[in-house]
Amino acid sequence: MKHFLLAAALGLSAPAAMACETVTIGDLTIEHAWSKATLGAARPGVFYVEITNTGSTDDALVGISSPAAGMPMLHETVVQDGIASMPHAMSIPVPAGQGVQLSPGGYHGMLMGLTTALKEGDSFPVTLSFEKAGEVTVNVDVLSLRAEGPDCADAGQ
Amino acid sequence: MLGVGAYRTRNLPTGSELLPLPIGEMTWTLTDHLGRSVRPKDWAGRPTIVFFGFTWCPDVCPTTLSDISLWLEELGADADRMIVALISVDPERDTPDVLADYVSNFDPRIMGLTGSADEVAQAAADFRATYRRVDKDAGDYTMDHTAGVFLFHPDGRFASIIDFHEDRRFAVPKIRRTLS
Repeated sequence: MKHFLLAAALGLSAPAAMACETVTIGDLTIEHAWSKATLGAARPGVFYVEITNTGSTDDALVGISSPAAGMPMLHETVVQDGIASMPHAMSIPVPAGQGVQLSPGGYHGMLMGLTTALKEGDSFPVTLSFEKAGEVTVNVDVLSLRAEGPDCADAGQ
Repeated sequence: MLGVGAYRTRNLPTGSELLPLPIGEMTWTLTDHLGRSVRPKDWAGRPTIVFFGFTWCPDVCPTTLSDISLWLEELGADADRMIVALISVDPERDTPDVLADYVSNFDPRIMGLTGSADEVAQAAADFRATYRRVDKDAGDYTMDHTAGVFLFHPDGRFASIIDFHEDRRFAVPKIRRTLS
């Protein structure tokens, strides 16, 4: 009961608890995994995450998978001459000593074939496949369609 | 220096074929998310924000709508008399009902507009916006489209474009200049 109350109290200031978890695999740190609510299951969902590479070897994100979506893909939003397009990204570089952000208006995961509509407050797992580090699964928080990112105390954004 | 040149070109007063017509010279007819017919003359005398998008768009469109919602909140009641419209480039899937559901997630001053394929094409032509269907597997498709946000003065003159992801420090003053 005490824990429940504590969680409820924390919930007020930490609406994106999962997104604030940090997962590591090898030299990679994965955090701030979040998504946006969808209207129904027909429209694609989106997946954003922050990856930091503390090692000395370049890596690359080469794919994502999730039980929440039949056909997840990596995409990049490109705005050229004022026109936005969304080409498929075969591989997203995760440079040594740096990292990469999948964030609104840039690289992102596109979750096609959703098994169910994504609702604010839900969470679901996404497995990221890296060229060198291998596979790692993160929990993804579904925020509102309006959200611009998770509200983590330590978020460097 | 190139950047400055591009900035100036995109903010020229009307007269160029590449810039939107004054709203008073536009000829489109569209339907809003409540099913009401809307014409350019309905916007006479009101500062206006227009952008093109579609509800199946997972990244650019909700991001732009979130940005616009934040701008409107920062402007507060000053923005109440503005027209703020999302024009769908995917009328096949974006019916008024779908748009109503979609815009309800953002600032309530944002309206959704759709129409027949021809009506949307006319609106895009008037705004000098472009869009293109991109077919994918299994009959699925997405749309490439103009990502900028168009601003107009109350008399319908084109004011400026806010580029995708433009910093709010620049976006809000641009909007404010259409309010006076």
